[in-house]
Amino acid sequence: MSHKKRLMLIIIICFFALAHQATYPKTDQVKAFSPQVIQHGAVGDDVIELQARLQYLGFFNGQIDGVFGWRTYWALRNFQYEFGLDIDGIAGAKTKQKLVKASKYNEKYVKEHINKGYKFTHYGGVENKKQAPQKVPNKTAPKKQTPTAPTKTVNTPPGYSQNDINLLANAVHGEARGEPYEGQVAVAAVILNRVQSPTFPNSVAGVIFEPRAFTAVADGQIWLTPNETSKKAVIDAINGWDPSGNALYYFNPQTATSSWIWTRPQIKQIGKHIFCK
Amino acid sequence: MVRWILIAVLSIGLVGAGIWGYKEHEEKNAVLIQAENTYQRSFHELTYHLDVLHDKIGTALAMNSNTSLSPQLVDIWRLTSDALSNVGQLPLTLLPFNKTEEFLSNIGDFTYRTAVRDLKNKPLSDKEMKALNELYKQSGEIKNELRQVQSLVLEENLRWMDVQLALATQDEQSDNTIIDGLKTVEKKVEGYAETNIDSPLSEQTTKEHKFNNLKGNDVSKQEVLNQSKVLFKLQNKANVKITKTGDGADIPLFSASYEDGDKRAYMDVSKKGGHPLSLLIERPIKEQKLSLNGGLEKAEKFLENNGFNDMTLFQSAEYDKVGVYSFLYNDNGIRVYSDSIEVKVALDNGDVLGLTARNYFMNHKKRDIPKPTLAEKDARKSVNEKVDIKEQFLAIIDNDLGEEVLTYEYLGVLGNDTYRIFINAMDGTEEKVQKLGNSELNYALAR
Repeated sequence: MSHKKRLMLIIIICFFALAHQATYPKTDQVKAFSPQVIQHGAVGDDVIELQARLQYLGFFNGQIDGVFGWRTYWALRNFQYEFGLDIDGIAGAKTKQKLVKASKYNEKYVKEHINKGYKFTHYGGVENKKQAPQKVPNKTAPKKQTPTAPTKTVNTPPGYSQNDINLLANAVHGEARGEPYEGQVAVAAVILNRVQSPTFPNSVAGVIFEPRAFTAVADGQIWLTPNETSKKAVIDAINGWDPSGNALYYFNPQTATSSWIWTRPQIKQIGKHIFCK
Repeated sequence: MVRWILIAVLSIGLVGAGIWGYKEHEEKNAVLIQAENTYQRSFHELTYHLDVLHDKIGTALAMNSNTSLSPQLVDIWRLTSDALSNVGQLPLTLLPFNKTEEFLSNIGDFTYRTAVRDLKNKPLSDKEMKALNELYKQSGEIKNELRQVQSLVLEENLRWMDVQLALATQDEQSDNTIIDGLKTVEKKVEGYAETNIDSPLSEQTTKEHKFNNLKGNDVSKQEVLNQSKVLFKLQNKANVKITKTGDGADIPLFSASYEDGDKRAYMDVSKKGGHPLSLLIERPIKEQKLSLNGGLEKAEKFLENNGFNDMTLFQSAEYDKVGVYSFLYNDNGIRVYSDSIEVKVALDNGDVLGLTARNYFMNHKKRDIPKPTLAEKDARKSVNEKVDIKEQFLAIIDNDLGEEVLTYEYLGVLGNDTYRIFINAMDGTEEKVQKLGNSELNYALAR
């Protein structure tokens, strides 16, 4: 008798454990965000979810792209206002909890469309089919496979486009590959200092392609494919780092052909380059 | 004998011809590269000018006072003429690109007409505002198309000399991506009806204050060495090189550099006072463990530990596992734009990878800030009424003359764009209107 009872008990416990297991994925879904606090300027999966959920509730009307920009910021603040939270534009634990409770997030649908580069929306109460794909018309390019494409949109420092950054990276790579990292940042900084200077052209392209300004441009080395280091150096320089000490010129003392350059007041030497005013 | 002389003369001639031929070939190459560079420059400048043009029109939309609107319109007019001359330098004579040129000169005409008009007596009418709005949208579309072509050109190393050849031979089969791209741009513009007639922070500080207020005594090489080891996070025995700057430097500096395998570190320290002006550490970054917000705590702690007090976060951005934060000096609740500091944090273990405090040390001083004489609600009236104001601050900025002025700073929204608007807190002048950038589509991946 007692055996039977014990058996029953075990069965019941097992049943409960199973039932609990079965409901577990649901609670998991509620905890969808990672524990990080999301703020302006962030990128990645949490931002995608944040935008999708805000759009689901109708606060966010922009493109879901995984970059926390101004539109996301205002949408989040409006959400915080409407739901009686502290209005700080930062998605902390409390805000995320409210957001998860109030909205749904179809991760598979959103990610799939982002990765394919489709235009789509994620509003609540509308069928997914109606929100999705008019495929972005394939414009000029022959299609190219990009193996890793985490997000389709990127952060760029204010005032510069990615193409500016690529062009600068080309120049830095052509002029200063093989130099120490700070030497590459310094070369990028010199180009930017020239853009600011009244005696030089006012655009990045103008400065780089100014006749006889850079040897790598004159002999075609600028068209070598830049590496990641030169891109990083360019972004540092744009964000304000200037190891050259506000220089406008630099030269390699071993190969410099003009004697004029030696008359410039010198600031410092980094690697093979001497930087001067 | 004669035979030998003949052989000698002929071989000298042969070698001479060879050398001459090679020289010619080199020169031809140099000229070709030069020509190519000129084309490249015009093209990249064209896209840049359209970028700026689009931004300026967008900013004009949020402006209110004629004193800032007129110069803005003049600026747009100047940009259209720059862009037009860029188009003129490209080898496009055989390609119908005239609609785009027409579009540019239409913007030019419109802005010229409105800019020279006395906007005080005759402000922009609703119809004109609508036209400006339309131009904003269209220039945005053209900008995007051109950027797409540009990103292709950069990625695939396309040559304008090939475009010229392709256009000259009129080879229908040849599939030239530049030409196709520009044709798309042209098509877009055709659709527009005839009736139509955004630094970073460093841009804020135009006038340099030249480190007049640097405090402290001169430091020695040894002190800099010790300081650098702390900031570079190195052991005592590590080999750090210290050098001094030459005559060209703004102020005398010590530079410390260190290299060990993957890690490189570099730092500038002022001789006077031993203040760190710039710190840059480069190393591979492992798996991301911190969020942008988590990195912020590290950055704030770092500033505190290094004697930078009263700094408030201004903006932050995440680039490839690195968080970049910029801070402004907070003078009793007033944000001082010229005293800015940027900090870079690795998001794997929270190490500080960079600091640039040039602006801070160049400008920072004790300021006597007057009380605003204009009430906040009156300053608000100077903002374009179409802009929905969301946040407000008090701020000190450098105006167009390079003087520091106290302003009310407003963050507001118009359409899909966010603007930063500065209103002088004494007389209500609209000092500055900035359109804040949105994130950008990654053209290289979107294709």
